Amino acid sequence: MNPFTFKQAANVDAALPLLATEGARPVAGGTNLLDLMKAGVMAPPQLVDINPLEQAGLDIIEEHEGGLRLGALARNATTAYHDTVRSRYPLLSAAILAGASPQLRNMASNGGNLLQRTRCVYFYDVGTPCNKREPGTGCPAKNGINRQLAILGTSEQCIATHPSDMCVALRALDATVHVKSGGSERAIPFADFHRLPGDRPDIDSNLQPGELITHITLPDAARFIDHSAYIKVRDRLSYAFALVSVAAALDLAPDGSIRAARIALGGVAHKPWRVEDAESALVGKPAGEAAFEEAATRILQGARGYGQNDFKLTLAKNAIVQALTTAMRGTDFAKGQTTEGNPA
Amino acid sequence: MDPYQQHPIRLRINDQDREFSVEPWVTLLDLLRERAGLTGTKKGCDHGQCGACTVLVDGKRVNSCLTLAVMQNGHEVTTIEGMAKGDALHPLQQAFIEQDAFQCGYCTPGQICSAAGLIAEGQAKTVDDVRELMSGNLCRCGAYPAIAQAVIQVMGIHKDKPGSASGSASASASASASGPDGFTTGPVLA
Repeated sequence: MNPFTFKQAANVDAALPLLATEGARPVAGGTNLLDLMKAGVMAPPQLVDINPLEQAGLDIIEEHEGGLRLGALARNATTAYHDTVRSRYPLLSAAILAGASPQLRNMASNGGNLLQRTRCVYFYDVGTPCNKREPGTGCPAKNGINRQLAILGTSEQCIATHPSDMCVALRALDATVHVKSGGSERAIPFADFHRLPGDRPDIDSNLQPGELITHITLPDAARFIDHSAYIKVRDRLSYAFALVSVAAALDLAPDGSIRAARIALGGVAHKPWRVEDAESALVGKPAGEAAFEEAATRILQGARGYGQNDFKLTLAKNAIVQALTTAMRGTDFAKGQTTEGNPA
Repeated sequence: MDPYQQHPIRLRINDQDREFSVEPWVTLLDLLRERAGLTGTKKGCDHGQCGACTVLVDGKRVNSCLTLAVMQNGHEVTTIEGMAKGDALHPLQQAFIEQDAFQCGYCTPGQICSAAGLIAEGQAKTVDDVRELMSGNLCRCGAYPAIAQAVIQVMGIHKDKPGSASGSASASASASASGPDGFTTGPVLA
């Protein structure tokens, strides 16, 4: 790890000026940042330990204006196992529990989960070029090891994926990210929080330097409670990043027709991927394979493989259909307790 | 002042108050092994991928390689050295012996601390839950079946007597296990 100065902040007002220091980074769980520092991928001159902000209420999870408010410092495990999250946002709970390991979920904060960086092997290997790590050096992934990498929203510069499971559910559930900086605070719709690589793949999100995530809010999602599913396809059954993941939620009429649908994908792009036109096209149709396949085709419009990840085009289509079919059959509220298995 | 100052910290490690002066980049794992003389906690990958460094901080299992010692100032840490009480092994340690739940043993301290965290969390209700919630600990010898068996033995999960478990996370380690092939699923803890 690079040498750095270490500061602790007791409250938000104390943290903000420390974070305004050039290159300073907040550290909460540290599960990704410290790993990146060990690998030499990131070398912030100053870390600001924001864990004491738990005492200032930044770890609170509570019902809020008919929806949910998740403190940025609430841990992933605490969030996933929270009674309100489990009963009213089972999709979010399932997505969180599909990610990482119990130890990492105990450590990782909700705010930090959003700021995870890609696990592209070239990004992590400082001996190789990488436009995300060192702008202008090139992207060996396009013609290299890209089994894990993106098929949608890529650029000439970068085909990295965002690694989070939690963020896929937050995108499907229309979350909002609340941030503060020295002089101001603002609310960022989840769709606008992460960005596509374009010609600046070094910038993962629209969070500005010096801004601190304070909390995440979710609107009411009662109509999706009974029909949601998170499907994660990966190279081993547990503790692996997604090749493709799908967060799906349906609001079904008594006659089985679709009143509303939400579909977001992980493992396929630089940000959670959602095509709202594909969701609105489902409205009024009978829930079933034909409608789900049509939605999958719309969502994957423009997708392309880079060799090793060509299989993701078919896998993503099948995963979307499977997730919607699973959601249609009914939410498995025990999901996350066990690794696999749909409701019997 | 030296910008990379030493930070005085105090940790309660295995029921003992310990004081250290550390550079900010010292991980909790390196502090335990190099400065506290507690080498039971193992450095496997040093990247949060293997779980060999698992310890309990304030009772919760964490990867000690991915947190800084200075971030844990004032907290309580339990390592494998703190599991036994005197000569009395922790029920998990006893169960690992009884189930032959290791070969080389390198992952074992992390496995046992992780299992202690798992039991305290109270989320695992079935054998499949135990396997899933132990997935943060890799065993390159492949002793997984026996490891899971040791954990379910301590939890009082019996594969052939669903529903018969006491539900007590501190069930005696002497409770006999049902055999090395005990991987059927079922709701077993009330």
